[in-house]
Amino acid sequence: MRALRSFLIIIYDLLVGDDWTTAVGIAGGLALTAALVASGVAAWWLMPVVLPVLLTVSLYRVIRRSDRHPS
Amino acid sequence: MTAAAFLVASVFLACAVESVEALTIVLAVGTTRGWRPALQGVAAGLAVLAVVVAALGPALVVIPLSALRLVVGGLLLVFGLQWLRKAVLRASGFKSPHDEASIYARQVAAARTASRSEGRLVADRYGFTIAFKGVLLEGLEVAFIVLTFGANQGSIPLAVLGAVLAVVAVTAVGFVVRAPLARVPENTMKFAVGVMLTAFGIFWGSEGAGVHWPGGDVALLAVVGYALVVALLAVALLRRVRARRDAFRRAVAGQPLGTRP
Repeated sequence: MRALRSFLIIIYDLLVGDDWTTAVGIAGGLALTAALVASGVAAWWLMPVVLPVLLTVSLYRVIRRSDRHPS
Repeated sequence: MTAAAFLVASVFLACAVESVEALTIVLAVGTTRGWRPALQGVAAGLAVLAVVVAALGPALVVIPLSALRLVVGGLLLVFGLQWLRKAVLRASGFKSPHDEASIYARQVAAARTASRSEGRLVADRYGFTIAFKGVLLEGLEVAFIVLTFGANQGSIPLAVLGAVLAVVAVTAVGFVVRAPLARVPENTMKFAVGVMLTAFGIFWGSEGAGVHWPGGDVALLAVVGYALVVALLAVALLRRVRARRDAFRRAVAGQPLGTRP
């Protein structure tokens, strides 16, 4: 049971990482890109726009967390 | 040619960074618990990683390229943004820089206090387990990068070459100096790897979603440059935030008690 739990934690870390909002944002960005392409829009610009948004949100979350729990 | 060069460079850098971290652990175990359990742990870790690459490599080649690029692009973005976030936090002073010398000291202290127990096949279970876990956990991410980069570019051997070159280089230097590689510009390398992984993730993920990049493969160069600029701007912005916050804290600390906000 412990081995299975450790394995699942490793897989979660590998697939989602340490910030689930980033993983959700990436999945949403890629899904929106696919939808735009399917409707005939040249959506090559979308993920480059998503990058600074996700990085900003992720950095903000880390800094806010460190403010609440200063080491 | 551009993509192949980036492929080897990215895998080499990512693998070198992880190898430096694994080397620190193995050196700490080897010098305190003896080299036999440390090297047994390294050999077992490398064997498991080789099995992972050998088993998953051919399977990835069978998956349709667009589906592979979509999934792999997304995962590389998850990896890349994690590396990039930590690199930005370190470069802006919000997180202390990665320090191999202090990590080595902590590992040595822990290894000295752990009790010794001999297994049937290994000379010292503690030394073996720590070296094995160090190599396996640091190596899993590299194995993933090797497989996905190689499968996407249609050249897993080229990606493996980049990884092997990095492991050989780090091991050779580690063997010569017999100390953790504290002078390796690890934080800068992690910043570079974060930019590369993020750029490849955007490029391949978008292609997998059906995008045709203007200029074809050459657009990858522009995406790498763009990711670098975004990361550098984030560092500059956070440095200003930190400076303002420090100034505010100094001002508050200088006020008499009872008048502080």
